[in-house]
This record gives sequence, C-alpha cells and structure tokens, in this order.
Amino acid sequence: MYKIIAKKPLNDSVVQMEIEAPLVANKARAGQFIILRVDEDGERIPLTVAGTDREKGTVKIIFQIVGGTTMRLNAKKAGEYIQDFVGPLGKATETDGIKKVCIVGGGVGCAIAMPVAQEFHRLGAEVVSIIGFRNKDIVILEDEFKACSDRLFVYTDDGSYGKQGNVTVPLKEMLSGGEKFDMIITIGPLIMMKFVVLTAKEYGIPCTVSMNPIMIDGTGMCGGCRLTLNRDGKRITKFACVDGPDFNGYEVDFDEAMSRNLMYSDFEKHAREKACNLFKQN
Amino acid sequence: MAIISKKHEIPTQEAKVRAHNFDEVALGYSAEVAVEESKRCLNCKNKPCVAGCPVGVNIPDFISLVKTGDFEGAYQVINRTSSLPAVCGRVCPQETQCEQRCTMGIKFEPVGIGRLERFVADYHNDNAKAVAVKPESNGIKVAIVGSGPSGLTCAGDLAKKGYEVSVFEALHTAGGVLVYGIPEFRLPKSIVKKEVDGLKALGVDIQTNVVIGKTLTVDELFSAGYKAVFIGSGAGLPNFMNIPGESLKGVYSANEFLTRSNLMKAFRADCTTPIMKGGVVAVVGGGNVAMDAARTALRLGAEKVYIVYRRSMEEIPARREEVEHAIEEGIDFRLLCNPVEILGYKNPGNPKDLKNGFVVGIKCIKMELGEPDAKGRRRPVPIAGSEFELKVGTVIMAIGTSPNPLIKNTTEGLNVNERGGIIVDEKGLTSKPNVYAGGDAVTGAATVISAMGAGKIAAKAIDEYFTANNA
Repeated sequence: MYKIIAKKPLNDSVVQMEIEAPLVANKARAGQFIILRVDEDGERIPLTVAGTDREKGTVKIIFQIVGGTTMRLNAKKAGEYIQDFVGPLGKATETDGIKKVCIVGGGVGCAIAMPVAQEFHRLGAEVVSIIGFRNKDIVILEDEFKACSDRLFVYTDDGSYGKQGNVTVPLKEMLSGGEKFDMIITIGPLIMMKFVVLTAKEYGIPCTVSMNPIMIDGTGMCGGCRLTLNRDGKRITKFACVDGPDFNGYEVDFDEAMSRNLMYSDFEKHAREKACNLFKQN
Repeated sequence: MAIISKKHEIPTQEAKVRAHNFDEVALGYSAEVAVEESKRCLNCKNKPCVAGCPVGVNIPDFISLVKTGDFEGAYQVINRTSSLPAVCGRVCPQETQCEQRCTMGIKFEPVGIGRLERFVADYHNDNAKAVAVKPESNGIKVAIVGSGPSGLTCAGDLAKKGYEVSVFEALHTAGGVLVYGIPEFRLPKSIVKKEVDGLKALGVDIQTNVVIGKTLTVDELFSAGYKAVFIGSGAGLPNFMNIPGESLKGVYSANEFLTRSNLMKAFRADCTTPIMKGGVVAVVGGGNVAMDAARTALRLGAEKVYIVYRRSMEEIPARREEVEHAIEEGIDFRLLCNPVEILGYKNPGNPKDLKNGFVVGIKCIKMELGEPDAKGRRRPVPIAGSEFELKVGTVIMAIGTSPNPLIKNTTEGLNVNERGGIIVDEKGLTSKPNVYAGGDAVTGAATVISAMGAGKIAAKAIDEYFTANNA
C-alpha cells in the first residue's frame, strides 16, 4: 500500500497528489511514468511522474478525472492509501545536446510537459514554453512554467485566458520569424501533437512527442501499447512502455494511434457511468 | 492381480457446460480412485520416470505411500523436490516427461503420475494442519527476480536451506505466468496463492511492484546486501507477424488478451476491465498459449472461435490434452492456413464512424508442407492463389515472445545470445559473478516445469557456492 501524503485540486477536473514511494522517487526522471491501481481489483493506469522529492521519498502525479478509475482515485483523501504504485517506467526524456528547446503542452498534458521543462531549465538550456487549454477554467501550472521558462506563451481555444488560438499559432509565429530550436517537445492530445509535428516539419525542426496509449503491465509484456513508426519507407511496431513513451514525432502514425485510443470508448463510458452512480450514492 | 491396462479416467466437466464457465475443466481423482491408480505402478527397479522429471520428483516413493493411503506422507515426498506440486499436477506435460518413460507405458497406458500428483497436492492443501516452519537462517541474502515458476522454485529451495530470500515481482500479484497467462479453468488462482503463501511461511519475502531494471538494478541488489541474484524474469515482448492490419482495434497479443482476463479479472462478470468479448474470434498459433486464448475467448462468450495454424495437427506444439479439450469444446481448427492480412472496417463516406478501424475479417492463405527445416519439422509453404477470408471481430496473435530487454540493458556484464536470451552455463550461472538465470528469460518461451527445473538447478548451484566458500 502506498500513502497519499498530499492532495490538491489544480482545477475542477485535474488533481495533484503526492504519493509515498521511496524507491520510485529515488529513480524517476523527467518523461518517465508510473502505473497505479487504486484498489484491489482496480484497473492499472499509467500516469506520468510530475515531480519527485527524494528526501521525502514522494512522487507527484497529476491526473484528470475522466473515467471510473480516476474517479475512484479522486475519492481518496490525503492520509489514505492506494493499492499499487510501480515505476519508474519507460525511458526518460533525451536531453543530451539540446541547448534551446520549445516545450508545447496541451491541457492535462502540461502536467507531463512541466517536469520536462524544469529538467531542461535545471540543465541550463534555453526553454520556451507554450501551454494551451480549452478555456480559462482549466488552465493549470502557469506559475510552475513561468518559473522554468525563459519565455512562456499561454493560449486558450476561446480566448478566455491568455491569447486566443491553439498552440501552433505562437509556434508558427516564432518559426516563421526565423527562430530556431534544437528540439521541440510536445505533450498533449494526439490531434494537437500531430499538428505540432506538422508545423515543426515545415520548418525542419526535430520534434519529440510523448505518447500515452492504452497500457496494462508497462514492462513490455502485453503489447497493448504498440504503435507504428514510419521509418525509411518501412512500418515498424514499437511498444510505448519500453521503447517510449517519447518518440520521434516525424515517424509516429498518429491516425492509427488516435483510432487505437478509442478501442474501449464504449467500455469507458459504461465504467464512468457506473462510478458516477457509485459516488452519487455515497 | 489383473493388470489394468488404462489410466483411471479423471472426471471432467462436460464440454458443453465448461465451454461457458471458468471453473476447472478436470475435477481430480477421489481418494479411492487415486489408491486404485497408484496400484498400477509396478515399482520397477530402474525408475525411468524420475529421470523424466525436470525437478527429479521421487515418483515411485510417493506413489507407494498413496497405495497405503498415506497421502500427506506422499505430499512430503513430492515437496522435498518440487515447490509447486498442485501446479505441476495440472500444467506439466507429463505425457512427454515422467509418463513417457513409465515402464507400464511400454505395453499399456502409463501410470497417471500427473493425476496422482495433483490428487496428493490437493489433499494436502485441503487437509494439512501443520504450519510450515521457517528454517534457521544462515544469514545469506539472495534476491530472486520474478515470481513465476523458476523464481518461486529457486526461492523455495533456498529458503528451505536457510537462505534469506527476497522475490521481486513487477506486477501487483505474485505468480508470473501462473497468474497472468494460464487461465483459471486450467489452473485456479487460489492454488497459485496457496503455493505462494506456503513460500511466505518458509520466510520468503515477496515484494510486488518492483521492476528490476527500472525500480532497482541488479547491481543495486548487490549493494543492498544480496550475495546472489537469480533472474527468472520470463519471456517478454509479444511477437507479431508484421502483416497489414495488426494495429486495428480488436487485434490482441495472447499476452494482452490473457492478462486482461486472468490477472485483470475480465472473466468475472462484476469486473470493469475492458476486453472485447462475443462475436467471432480467430487465434493465430498452435501452442498451449493459443489453446488458452481460444478457450478463454469461448468462455467469455464468443459465438465461434477459430485456431489458425500454419502446419498440420501432427506438428501442433500444444499438449495433446489441451488440443482435445479445445476440439471437444467446439474450437474450429483451420490447419495449414496462415494469415496474410487483417481486414478492418472503413466507412468511406464517414471518417467519424465509430466502427472504423475495428477488425472485420482475416485473410488467410492455404499452406502445404514442404521439406523439413533444420529442426526436422516440415516447413509450411503457401499455395499460390488459395487466399480466403474468415469473418471475425477479434484476432489474437499467439505466436511467441521475444526476451524482455529491461534487465539486459541495465546490467553491465550480463551476456545474452542473438535472440536476447540470457546466456548461462550448466549450473545456471550467467557471465556476471553470482548472477544466475533460468526459465523463459534464458530459453525463450517453454514450459512451467522446465522453468522450475532451471530454478532448482540454480538454487543448488547457489547453495554449493556458498557452502564451498564458507567452509
């Protein structure tokens, strides 16, 4: 069992928790993830490590309340326990040789992008961050990004906060103005990442994407998290849990990944309704 | 006394009934039948059966005790060499091991050694009152990576000798393939749990949620005071065929399908783990894992289940008993067939149609057997122009696994072969001092009992090393 040391809502549907897991805290690096189970018989869900405190032995996670499992997780209070917490899984984000980076985060993906931005900042790279949200009610982590970015752009789809537009607007402005980056790293909804990659490609800037497919074990055993890369005219199968979660965005078959992520949409709807009813009764 | 030429039948659930539930297929001998079966053992002098057992169970001795009705005594004989008797009695391929060498088998059917082992182990689990006593510690810490059959065996043997054993398991439940891979109807999970609890009673410390190679490395285990490490991390990444359509929704690896059902309990009606059930299912492959996947799909409610296998019934690698059970349950074997493409739904008029990207069929080509390959198995060759389609909604790929690279990539000095399997000597020692390995991590996908045998060999080698170096 793993103790919830602290819990705080970041907005109406996004929650941050600090979990006591010293072995994970000791090892986790930016870009890696954990898998947790809220309770016995619960589902295994992957969540990216949003930060660690090695002295306290804690790992920070940030999650959006979207389905049955995240509802159950949100029902837990600080001081209570979750059943299982394993990690760190996946490879850490590659930072070697990157002196100037553009971090593009979308929605709750910003929670994953944040530790990556912090890591580059700590390593002394120039960090330009673009964070985008649907509207002002769901803006998260703005202060954290401010603290680790040389420049920060905040955009909302409806213009209710920051500037109006999606994240490719400021990216395109910078790139068309001749600005260069060693790497663009994007984390967020698949459709957003697809368009960030297209923009990056247009200007010949390398682009890393962080994939978050459906996953069970997270150690390379089940193959459920597989995705296809187009490399040198060949289609290559990779497993996000052990080969990723970061991939060269130029190579990822996003349309296939988007289709695969909808495999269980019917089940998820059902599970969400079931969990909603459960929490209504309580 | 007249010789009974055939094994006593083991009662099984009727095929039509069991095809719709996850209860055990075989029900086990009664005490009376077990005694009768034990009397078929000739107690021959040269005991060829023992040599056929990868862990060397003293088979005639335990059978002699069954004859006298001393079932607990019989259990103790098995338990001296096997840590998992109730598991082995169920999933060992006895027909190619102990029973194949049985003297009775020369003229008649061999003694039902597996069925007797199962009976004795179940008798013990149901009746034993004595609690296992933790042996006196010798103070030497040994780490076991993985809690599958090889790891549990190695842990059990070392714990019995007084070693301080810790087992590190990546998943949330101990048992490895015994819990995520082999389905409930072949091996009830309550039995695995009892075997694991038995090891805990011997003082074995089992730590779940620790991925060696990620959470901790092998070198860190040594820094933490472990004097030897046994790697039994199992097979690994599932293989795919690299044919078009394998990323469609509704295509699973057998590992994923079975893990969802077994470990994540999708087989239970009250469970929320998503899994595609119902409709028509094609399982590609002919091994035990393919049989498990096909029979699981059937029990989850499939209308029809095909096994698509590229060779003929003669070459099928699954146990005969599993194939027979599958046929009885109505699995449709499409032999000498190989998939060439998986077909998906595509609504050209509506890219947002939710059915887009789901499997609707599998295109196969008929095969014929050509010249024998290096292993002597006749190589299947496609027959040009013989393609045909099966309408299916789910495809499960059960065509083997490749070793998991997590440990290799994080352990300096650990040599692997060209297929990624860890290289060991005859004692299970790897290229790295005091690091041993066994099971699928070494051999690639094999059987539970061969993994147990490897765990046993390594445990013996570890004990010999420390005995020699402390003396």
